[in-house]
Amino acid sequence: MATMPIARPETPNAKRQHSNSRLANPYVYLIPAMLIMSVMTYYPMAYGLWMSFTDYALKNLRIDSPPPNFVGLQNFIDIATGALTIPNFDFAYTVAFNLFWTFSNVTVHVIIGVLIAVLLNARGLWFRGVYRAIFVLPIVIPTLVVANVWRNMFDPDFGAINQGLAALGGLIGMPASAFHIRWIESLDPPIPFLPLPLAYFALLITNVWLGWPFMTIVATGALQSIPRDYYEAASMDGASPTQQFFGITVPLLRPAMVPAIVYGITLTFNLFNLIYFVSGGGPLRQTEILVTTAFRLVNQERLYGIAAAFAVYTAIILLVITLITNRVSRATESYDA
Amino acid sequence: MVLITLSVLFPILWVVSMSFDPRADIMRPTTLNLVPPGFSLKAYLDIIEKPSANPVSLPVLTMNSVLLAGGSALASVMIAVFAGYAFSRFRFAGRQTLMIAVLAVLILPTVATLAPLFVLLNRVVIGDFNLRNSLPGVGLALLSSLLPFAIWNLKGYIDTIPKELEEAALIDGASPNQTFFYIMLPLSTPAIAITAFLGFLSGWTEFSISWQFLTDPQNFTLAMTLYNMTGQYASSTPWSHFSAMSVIIALPVSLVYLALQKYMSGGLTIGGVKG
Repeated sequence: MATMPIARPETPNAKRQHSNSRLANPYVYLIPAMLIMSVMTYYPMAYGLWMSFTDYALKNLRIDSPPPNFVGLQNFIDIATGALTIPNFDFAYTVAFNLFWTFSNVTVHVIIGVLIAVLLNARGLWFRGVYRAIFVLPIVIPTLVVANVWRNMFDPDFGAINQGLAALGGLIGMPASAFHIRWIESLDPPIPFLPLPLAYFALLITNVWLGWPFMTIVATGALQSIPRDYYEAASMDGASPTQQFFGITVPLLRPAMVPAIVYGITLTFNLFNLIYFVSGGGPLRQTEILVTTAFRLVNQERLYGIAAAFAVYTAIILLVITLITNRVSRATESYDA
Repeated sequence: MVLITLSVLFPILWVVSMSFDPRADIMRPTTLNLVPPGFSLKAYLDIIEKPSANPVSLPVLTMNSVLLAGGSALASVMIAVFAGYAFSRFRFAGRQTLMIAVLAVLILPTVATLAPLFVLLNRVVIGDFNLRNSLPGVGLALLSSLLPFAIWNLKGYIDTIPKELEEAALIDGASPNQTFFYIMLPLSTPAIAITAFLGFLSGWTEFSISWQFLTDPQNFTLAMTLYNMTGQYASSTPWSHFSAMSVIIALPVSLVYLALQKYMSGGLTIGGVKG
């Protein structure tokens, strides 16, 4: 019969539709996103990879200009050896500073964030709601504005930091001239054995102001889910508050804090606005991170090929960091389970 | 606690106080006032008229920022909600690969694709119009980084919506596409609104792309103007003007953020952790 061969394939077909969440074609739903991402993201990335092997520069920018020359790995070698036209460029230092910047910041954020969350969670604290409302302000205000405001606060002559310090110093009879601190420009490392300029500490102060409230919010949420009985039982067994903190609070906070820390690491590693606007990478590129250097290569130097190679380095470093943090956070996950 | 509160509030009070300083014409504050020595809107009136050395008024700059941020945020959620739905609900060949492809872009900073995007968009020239040197061009470049975030965030949210709701609609005779438009979309509205707002926020404060792409002051944004006030032309800007500008940029988005905050953290942690 003619109907038989038509009827037969209907069964598996209907079945497949069912197992596919009975819906229209998923690829149709993906088409708009994939189309845009192919044109605006993946194609530029592939093009950037090609550019990284060329000497693409301002001379190749016009449509009718000749194509750039293929230079092989020269860009990558020039970046790694510091053989660029930029003064004081040191790739290894920038990478090391970028890593140190990330881990020092996130560590301070987590420690301060958790301590303040514990304080906020203490029983019998007055105005808890008021504190919470105020402490989210740094998260809420755009980083761009925060960075620009702090830049002016660190001004040696008129900045609020020096003026505030001078006012405090005046109370104990110190002259105001003692507080003409050149936060951003000063080249002398304040701590003799650490090769970090004062600008690093200015950035650290700014980013700590910016970053701890996020950790506090995450930690507060987790703290509230720890039953009070645990602490009561522990104090009955004679555990001191310190022992309770490290024996109960820290391990139970871990599952909530690990994703926040991973997020914080990626965010801090690429924190363009803060560094670009507060210190501008100065003095002498000592506080430059990878993203600010990459921006300078495009924006000031107009070395598009080298900038593309730089982006490839950045992507590789980020990939390694992501794989490591993923591995570490997975490891703690299974530890908790 | 009081000390922590003071240190959090200090920079905010400092800037707000300077923006209301009645001596708006003096270049720098000579004393540290957290309570302004009087009250005046002169700084605000000054920058509305002429925010920077460029002949552009504040309403034009604001409009540019609103169009750029609003346009790219809207486009990103409109496209992303379909993709987020597909990733959340279907199991299809290539799903894993495509999801990793989206995630991989998420960890890359915007400046990483700045050079190729600049070169490629610069090629698009129609008469006098150069896509690179235009707000739509910046918007497209911005979209390339907003889209992965929006897809991932919306996917995370849709994962939490029970499948039973759609199944019930299917049994009642709705077509598959109808369940998406009549069930899924209304249920995802909160997540769509928050994702759009976060996209708006990154467009509102976007600096690196617009600074690199745009050369005509008529296209400049608020964020670029703020940099003009502190960067290379800093010495000619009174700080009261700079402060008023900071407040104008920060205040509207901060208020919306505060209002949405309760929903925000919920939506984001789900989006982040579920991935």
